Amino acid sequence: MTRLAGWGRTPAATASVVAPASEDEVVELLARGPLCARGLGRSYGDAAQLAGGTVADLTGLDEIGPIDESGGVTLGAGASIDALLAVSLPQGWFVPVTPGTRQVTLGGAVAADVHGKNHHRDGSFAAHVDGLRLATPRGVFDLSAAVDPDLFWATVGGMGLTGVLTRVRLRLLRVESDVVLVDTDRYDDLDAVMAAMVEGDERYRYSVAWVDCTARGARTGRAVLTRGDHAPAGATPPRAPRAGRLGVPVVAPPGLLNRLSVRAFNEAWFRRAPRHALEEPHSLGAFFHPLDGVADWNRLYGPRGFVQYQFVVPDAAGDTVRHVVERLARSGLVSFLAVLKRFGPGDPGPLSFPMAGWTLALDLPVGADSLPAELDALDELVLRAGGRVYLAKDARLAPAKVAAMYPRLEEWRAVRARVDPEGVLVSDLARRLHLVGR
Amino acid sequence: MENAFGQPQSVVVLGGTSDIARAVVRKLCAARAEVVVLAGRDPGRLAEAAREAEEYGATRTEVVLVDAADPASAGPAVAAAFDAIGGPVDLVIVAVGALGDQSDFEDDPAEAARMITVNMTWPVAALTAVRTRLLAQGHGRVLVITSVAAVRVRRSMYLYAGAKAGLDRLCQGMSDSLVGTGVRLQLVRPGFVRTKMTGGQKEAPFTTGPNEVAEYVVRGLSTNAPVIWSPPVLRYLFVVVRHLPAALWRRVADL
Repeated sequence: MTRLAGWGRTPAATASVVAPASEDEVVELLARGPLCARGLGRSYGDAAQLAGGTVADLTGLDEIGPIDESGGVTLGAGASIDALLAVSLPQGWFVPVTPGTRQVTLGGAVAADVHGKNHHRDGSFAAHVDGLRLATPRGVFDLSAAVDPDLFWATVGGMGLTGVLTRVRLRLLRVESDVVLVDTDRYDDLDAVMAAMVEGDERYRYSVAWVDCTARGARTGRAVLTRGDHAPAGATPPRAPRAGRLGVPVVAPPGLLNRLSVRAFNEAWFRRAPRHALEEPHSLGAFFHPLDGVADWNRLYGPRGFVQYQFVVPDAAGDTVRHVVERLARSGLVSFLAVLKRFGPGDPGPLSFPMAGWTLALDLPVGADSLPAELDALDELVLRAGGRVYLAKDARLAPAKVAAMYPRLEEWRAVRARVDPEGVLVSDLARRLHLVGR
Repeated sequence: MENAFGQPQSVVVLGGTSDIARAVVRKLCAARAEVVVLAGRDPGRLAEAAREAEEYGATRTEVVLVDAADPASAGPAVAAAFDAIGGPVDLVIVAVGALGDQSDFEDDPAEAARMITVNMTWPVAALTAVRTRLLAQGHGRVLVITSVAAVRVRRSMYLYAGAKAGLDRLCQGMSDSLVGTGVRLQLVRPGFVRTKMTGGQKEAPFTTGPNEVAEYVVRGLSTNAPVIWSPPVLRYLFVVVRHLPAALWRRVADL
């Protein structure tokens, strides 16, 4: 038995972990009984665990095929973006969409339909997927947006509950260098940064703002906006890439990240950013995956772990973002740098998270007595604005709110029932939110 | 399933009419608890507690009748309660107990035996059945309500406190036996709590109401502390109390 948890380290689950080495072994496992698929465990909550059950660790399906001249590549679903980049970057190919860490599997990226800093232009991960191979209790299927689109889109963002992905065919992005040219702007309040994003995001491939949720008064929601694109060939890299990674050796004591230390960090980080800088070269790693430089940074939150709260609200509901940031600043809850981003239109996945509008992600350490109820109150604000929270981050949503946030849930359930009528595919997330039959 | 804060969705309460248990259930129902099964002796009071759980947000409640004076009833009662949940059981609260005024029955061997049965033997029998079922399930949490009185037994209530002490120590061992299994047992040691059980007794320092106990319990679900003290300061006070010389303890215990 193995103790598992998501990246937020709570809730934990003890499960029997098996590591299939081939698609055939995955099919055998599916015939044996309830199963939960897991990649590198970067979902924050309980999406990739099954307390008391069997969890399939898919990182063994890690083959990476050759990259053809148009950037197409077929990968095992357990291969990581990190491993893919190690092969593809020297050949001038970058992943078309990357989340904030490269330590995710391709299968996980599809199952959560992850997004990156370029969602406003390039959509989420699924937009760059040419094909999927999905092992289900009713057989193995090759899917794409053209072949069995219902099952394809139910699988995209389907949190691993329509089957176990075994292969992903992806279209990569041609880049001429491993440098990103970044414009940085500092804004003293939230309205200013949001106005700048509305006005200027279209001119950039990548755009994201980091918001200080501990600043109050006139500086509520002050932010640093970074936007950029890949540099052309010959761009000077900022400096030699770091050889080693920092590490957090043991679980930090509870309370290390407290109101004072987080405020001090946010202050220092805000001051450090230039008020306005143009076309500064950043390495790909520093721009896309800054936290990958600190191994196990999630341990900084101490033994109780943390929750990440990420929501999206439609464009017209920008006010809701402001209400949330103001509420948090007033509540005194410790929230590390929050990430604000504008999404472009969503895709047809019934459980896919992104929709045109604003998304805000917050890291909140577990411990404050008021946190559970405060997050429930934020859910209400988000729902009233017609928004939703991100299932890949969730560890605490009330089940009754899921159908309101994902109005096509029944449609998704019907597709799932076609390939898994007995309810073999399950996870603690699915059980907690009653996504699948009880 | 439990969420990130240890808040359960399905709860079994053994001793469902206990004021402390009811206060905890109210908080859990206001959070994420959906199905609550209450086991106890008094059908009227159980129905009232069940109604209350629904008022606070439970979508379904069930009642199991059982008398803790009969240890043979523990196993079947646990089986009935788990069946009534009809799915995974996230949390089992063991809140069975009886106090009374010891001077009324301390010369009665049958009553002395009954105090041990209700406060220790029945809970241990029930915990044995709960442990087996949760281990088979592969996850779940148990809260056992003992008392600070179990840490140092007072002469005015040695039957109650002695039985609770037995239960408390036994649970420490059971808790250790569960490490690594996915099942967790936590002890709750309240100080003096104003409840129907303690009605008419003289209040001790650091007396609380059931709602305060419930607050510390809910916090304990999120911290996973092996022992939840209520109020927390008693943890430190009882380091001292435990080591007081007997002569001094006799003088201060029942002040």
